[in-house]
Amino acid sequence: MHTVEVKHVVKSFADKVAVDDLSFSVAPGEIFGLIGPNGAGKTTTIKMMMDIIKPDTGEITILGEKSGEATKNKLGYLPEERGLYKKQRVLDTIVYLASLKGMSERSAVEKANQMLEQTGMLPHARKKIDELSKGMSQIIQFIVTVIHEPQLVILDEPFSALDPVNTELLKNMVLALRNQGKAIILSTHQMNQVEELCDRILMINKGRAVLYGALGEIKSRYKNNAVLLDFEGELAAVPGVTEKRHRRGYAELFLDANTTPQQLLESLLARGVIVKRFEIATPPLNEIFIKVVGQDNE
Amino acid sequence: MNKTFLIFKHEFLNMMRRTGFIIMTLIVPLVFVLIIGIYQIVSGIAKPSEEITKIGYIDNLGGFMQYTSQDKINLVRFDNTGEANISLTAKDIKEYIVIEPSYLSTGVISLYTLEKQLIPPPEEVTAIKNFLTSNLLSDKVPPNTIYLVEAPLNVVTIRLTETGAIAPEQGGYGNLIIPTLFSLLLVLSITFSSSYLLQGLGDEKENRLIEVLLSSVSTRQLIIGKVLGIGAAGLVQVLVWVVSAPFLMNFASSSIGGFLSTLQIPPNFLILCIVYFILGYLLFAVISTGIGAISPSAREGQQLATIFTLGAVSPLWVSSLIIMFPNNPAFIFMTIFPITAPVTLMVRLGSTDVAAWQILLSIIVLVITIAGGLLLTIKIVRTFLLMYGKRPGLGTIIRSFRSG
Repeated sequence: MHTVEVKHVVKSFADKVAVDDLSFSVAPGEIFGLIGPNGAGKTTTIKMMMDIIKPDTGEITILGEKSGEATKNKLGYLPEERGLYKKQRVLDTIVYLASLKGMSERSAVEKANQMLEQTGMLPHARKKIDELSKGMSQIIQFIVTVIHEPQLVILDEPFSALDPVNTELLKNMVLALRNQGKAIILSTHQMNQVEELCDRILMINKGRAVLYGALGEIKSRYKNNAVLLDFEGELAAVPGVTEKRHRRGYAELFLDANTTPQQLLESLLARGVIVKRFEIATPPLNEIFIKVVGQDNE
Repeated sequence: MNKTFLIFKHEFLNMMRRTGFIIMTLIVPLVFVLIIGIYQIVSGIAKPSEEITKIGYIDNLGGFMQYTSQDKINLVRFDNTGEANISLTAKDIKEYIVIEPSYLSTGVISLYTLEKQLIPPPEEVTAIKNFLTSNLLSDKVPPNTIYLVEAPLNVVTIRLTETGAIAPEQGGYGNLIIPTLFSLLLVLSITFSSSYLLQGLGDEKENRLIEVLLSSVSTRQLIIGKVLGIGAAGLVQVLVWVVSAPFLMNFASSSIGGFLSTLQIPPNFLILCIVYFILGYLLFAVISTGIGAISPSAREGQQLATIFTLGAVSPLWVSSLIIMFPNNPAFIFMTIFPITAPVTLMVRLGSTDVAAWQILLSIIVLVITIAGGLLLTIKIVRTFLLMYGKRPGLGTIIRSFRSG
């Protein structure tokens, strides 16, 4: 059973269609990238999954159950702009927000202390939120998001404004959640994070799905028949190569339609070129993003 | 645990811990004590002088010999204006009057003084009037009649029930005190709680905490929990004020002649005041939440909420008219119109017997408005709370309700 199933969902605000016949699903144990330009309908889709707003038509199910009050305890949400009660103590804030997710006060306190210890935040448990640094309060917000062990975790720009140490800490926590079998929806503009973490992606533009599937499969779909080569020796004219671009530490070779990477490798070895790295070039997701959105907007 | 209750508990405790709330709860009784203190000081300063004032008179008509002692004013006879002027300049007398022979036909009395006066002081005019009246009537009517002519009316109202028995509530100024006090407390509570509610909602909206909350609870649970939580804190505040009132009245009784401490509060009076306090409070809490939902910031929300708060306060501006004409159709309308109902009814209760149908209709209208307002607010919150930085126009609100 899928953790989330969105079927033909449509949502309009006054005279604007925000989400237009959108369908996708997220499986347990996967990190699912939800990407798209600003105003594409990502936030509206997330809000509908959380039952903050209702779709006009279509259906959203969470663990097989129609999205509603009953499904709220099964998901955790980290909003893009973090917000906590500034004047409240760290522990009180976590316990209150965990209790709204159906946890008893006792188990919330126990779990909060455990998670604060894991993240090195236990010494700050009695501090007020506004006494914490931005990075620290983001870690607290993440604890609030996952303390009740939700089956679905929705993270909206989780790494924005985090320093490298905290980014790594958060990444490891996200990967740990995936390993526990949770479904994670990652909405971000940081394409490098999507490439690093996501198993599958959905790209939305103008409320419609423009790309949907496994990340590797999408990237190979957009590959431009090129290879990345790090080598020693002389690289003169190579048959089947239409263009050579020298990058820092490697070269990008574009092949003609009749040449396969396998044939190129054989040809290079036959010419005595010492191959240190040979990689089929796939375009960065960022490039695919710009290309797809650009085509869709034309 | 029920999520509405969790929000209720959180909002209630949060409110009770707010410094502003604690200060407000304590400051009202303190202001009361301060007023009593100021009253004591002022009444001490303004205490009427024990000194006897002397007013001279020249009796050119004749026959004005008696009744020269009028309370704290003594009338001193002079034979001519020369003597009177000497005494006046020597400040032996404050002023003098001349009773001319023509007085009986003209009624004109000339008053000579060194002071620049707008009008002669009322107590001196009264003393002169009584001196003249008493002398004119002496030997013609019995002394008791003279007193009656001087003070012919001392009205004692006795209110009867429909069966002709003496009513337990006799009305009067005492009855005005409690409803007026309640209406003032209501206005104070509405203003401050509405401000807390808007501030809280505005903060949650501005820092996006509202999204985290709504990912855990429904809009209905959030709004009801908030309104009731802050409402309960408001009631605790009023309870503190009401409980401290007997102590304050006891303290006041030693200074304000026991007037306040002799006030009797009929139970039905108190019950109605409390019912209207709660209903009024809930109504404005619901209105404030709705405004909070459509306002981009807490500050703008408070400006918008002021319009409604002014509506609630408006009956106090015309309270003297309501007291004088409590059954005027305009005030009956204000009793039924939900925004003005709580304060209008409280003021009217003190000055008249408000018809049962009006109270009943007013309560029904208030309850329906609160329930309808709550549903509307939930819808507004669902639609507009998640819009940041811009306030929807009236047209947008109506359009979205039609389409929704």
